[in-house]
Amino acid sequence: MKHKRNLIILGILLLLALLVVCLYLFVPLRGNIQYILKLRTNKVLAIALTGAAIAYSTVIFQTITNNRILTPSIIGMDSVYQLFQTAMVFFWGSTTLQFVDQQINFILTVVLMIGFALLLYQVLFRKDGTNLHFLLLMGIVMGTLFGSLTTFLQVLIDPNEYSGLQARLFASVSRVNTNLLFLGGGLMIPAMLYGLRYVRTLDAIALGRDHAVNLGVDYGPVIRRMLVLVAVLVAASTALVGPITFLGLLVANVSYHMLDTYRRGPLIAAAVSVSVVFLVGAQLIMERVFVYTTPVSVIVNFIGGIYFLYLVLKERTAW
Amino acid sequence: MVKVRGVSKSFGPKQVLRDVSLDIAKGQVTTLIGPNGAGKSTLLSLMSRLLPKDSGQILIDGREIGQWRSDELARRLAILKQTHHLNIRLTVRELVEFGRFPYSHGRLTREDREIVDEALNYLELHDIAGKYLDQLSGGQRQRAFIAMVLAQDTEYVLLDEPLNNLDMKHAVQIMRIMRGMADDLGKTVVLVLHDVNFASAYSDQIVALKDGRVAAAGTPDELIRSDVLGEIYEMEIPIETVGGCRVCIYFTGEQAAGL
Repeated sequence: MKHKRNLIILGILLLLALLVVCLYLFVPLRGNIQYILKLRTNKVLAIALTGAAIAYSTVIFQTITNNRILTPSIIGMDSVYQLFQTAMVFFWGSTTLQFVDQQINFILTVVLMIGFALLLYQVLFRKDGTNLHFLLLMGIVMGTLFGSLTTFLQVLIDPNEYSGLQARLFASVSRVNTNLLFLGGGLMIPAMLYGLRYVRTLDAIALGRDHAVNLGVDYGPVIRRMLVLVAVLVAASTALVGPITFLGLLVANVSYHMLDTYRRGPLIAAAVSVSVVFLVGAQLIMERVFVYTTPVSVIVNFIGGIYFLYLVLKERTAW
Repeated sequence: MVKVRGVSKSFGPKQVLRDVSLDIAKGQVTTLIGPNGAGKSTLLSLMSRLLPKDSGQILIDGREIGQWRSDELARRLAILKQTHHLNIRLTVRELVEFGRFPYSHGRLTREDREIVDEALNYLELHDIAGKYLDQLSGGQRQRAFIAMVLAQDTEYVLLDEPLNNLDMKHAVQIMRIMRGMADDLGKTVVLVLHDVNFASAYSDQIVALKDGRVAAAGTPDELIRSDVLGEIYEMEIPIETVGGCRVCIYFTGEQAAGL
C-alpha cells in the first residue's frame, strides 16, 4: 500500500504540472492568439526544461554526495556564468549582450561552465576519484574567487551598463527564443535520458560508498559520469535562463518528503514535477499577478530560503 | 581461498600494514585480533577492495583482486563495515533486498525474493521485516545488515567488528550466526573482533596483528596463551580453561596501561 500511495502522489504531481503548464498557456487568452501561444509555448518549454534539469541534477548530486542540503551550485558553476557575463559587459559594454548572437553566447557559456567543471573534476579524477569532499571544498573556493572577481568588475562598470548586466544575472525566460530552446533541449533531454540508465545504481550509491562497492557498483567511474551529467544539466539550464539552482534544493526535499521511498526513479520524477509546478507557477504569478515587477528568481529564492532554514533547523533537532 | 601476499598499505606517512601475508581457509571462521591501530580493519578493507593496496598481492580464488570485475566479485565476496548509519530510510526488507543487487541490479526476480525471505528467516527477522531500520534496537539492526550480506549469497563473508555496541546476549546471538554460516551454509567467514574470548570460543583460526604485521596465527588452542597474547597486547593475560574453552582473565591485569 506504500507503493500504491507513492504512485497516487506521483500521479497527482504529474497532473498538477500539466495543469500549471496549461494555465500558463491558455489563461487569459486574448488578442493575437497564434502569436501569444507561440510565445508562451517557447517560454513554458524553456521553464519546464530548466526546472526539470535542475531538479534532476540536484537529486543526483545529493545522492552521490550523500547529503540532502547541497545543490550543484556548490561546485561554483553559477559563479562562472556570472563572471563571464560580467566580463563581457566590462570589456565590450552592455550593448554586446544585445548584439552578440544569443546562440553564440549560449554556446560559449555552456562550454565555459562545463570546461570549468571538468577542470575541477580533473583534480579529483587523477586520484582514486572518490574524494568528493575535496571537490566540494575546491568548488566553494573557486566559486568565492569568481564571485569576488565578478564583484570587482561590477564595481568598475558604469552604472548604466550595470543595470543592463543585472537583468542577465537574474534568471529570466524573457530572452529565450526558439533557437536557444533547441540548443538547450538538445543538451538537456539526451543527458536526462542517459541518466535514466543509472537510477537503480544510484539507489545503491545512496547507501554510501562502502555498501555500494560491496554490492558491485563500479563506484569511481559511475560517480564521474554522474558528475559530468550534473555539469551538463546545470550549464545548459543556467545558460538558458540564468542561475536558479537554489530551486533544486527546494524541489528535491519536497519530493523526499512527499514520497515514502528511497528509490531514485520515483524521487526524480516527483522532483521534476514539483519543479515544473513551482517554476511555471512562479512565472505565472510574476507575469500575471505582479506584472513583471518581481523577477522569478526573487520568488524562488525567497521561498527556497525559508524552506532551507526550516530544513537546517529541523535536521539539527533530528540529530 | 583468499591469499594475502606481502601486502603493505600507508595512509600518508603512517604505514598501517607492512608486508602482511596470510591464507584464509575455506569454510572456516577466521578472526583477526590485535590492539587498536594494528591494521585489522584496514586489512579487511583491502581484502574486499574497499581500499586500494600499495603493494603486494591479494588473490581471491586464484585471481588478483584488482582483476575482478566489481559486480562479479560482489557475487563471491561480501563485506560489512562497522558503521551502520544510512542516509536513507529503509525497511528491513528493503535493506535485505539490496543484497540481491549484484545479481538483478534492483529488479528483483522471484528467485531473488525467495532468497531474501530465506535470509530474513535465517536471522529471525520476518516479524519485523516491514519496520524501518531507525525503529530497531542495535542487535536487530546488526542482524538486518547481516541478512543483507547473507542475501548476497557469497562464498566469502567479511565483517568488521560485528559485535560493536552489542550486549552479551546479542553478541552471542551474532557469533552463533557466524558459526552457523560456516558450519551449515559452508561459507568462509572472516571477522575482526576486539573481544579475545569471543574469538577463542567461536573461531577456527585466529590471526593476531600488531603494528601492521602478522604477530601470530593459528588455532585458538595455539594462540590463546599467556605468552603469545601477553606479547601482543603488552599486558599480563592469565588464561583459564572453562568448559573446554580457553578464556582470558585480563580484567584486573596489573601491568595493564603501565599501572
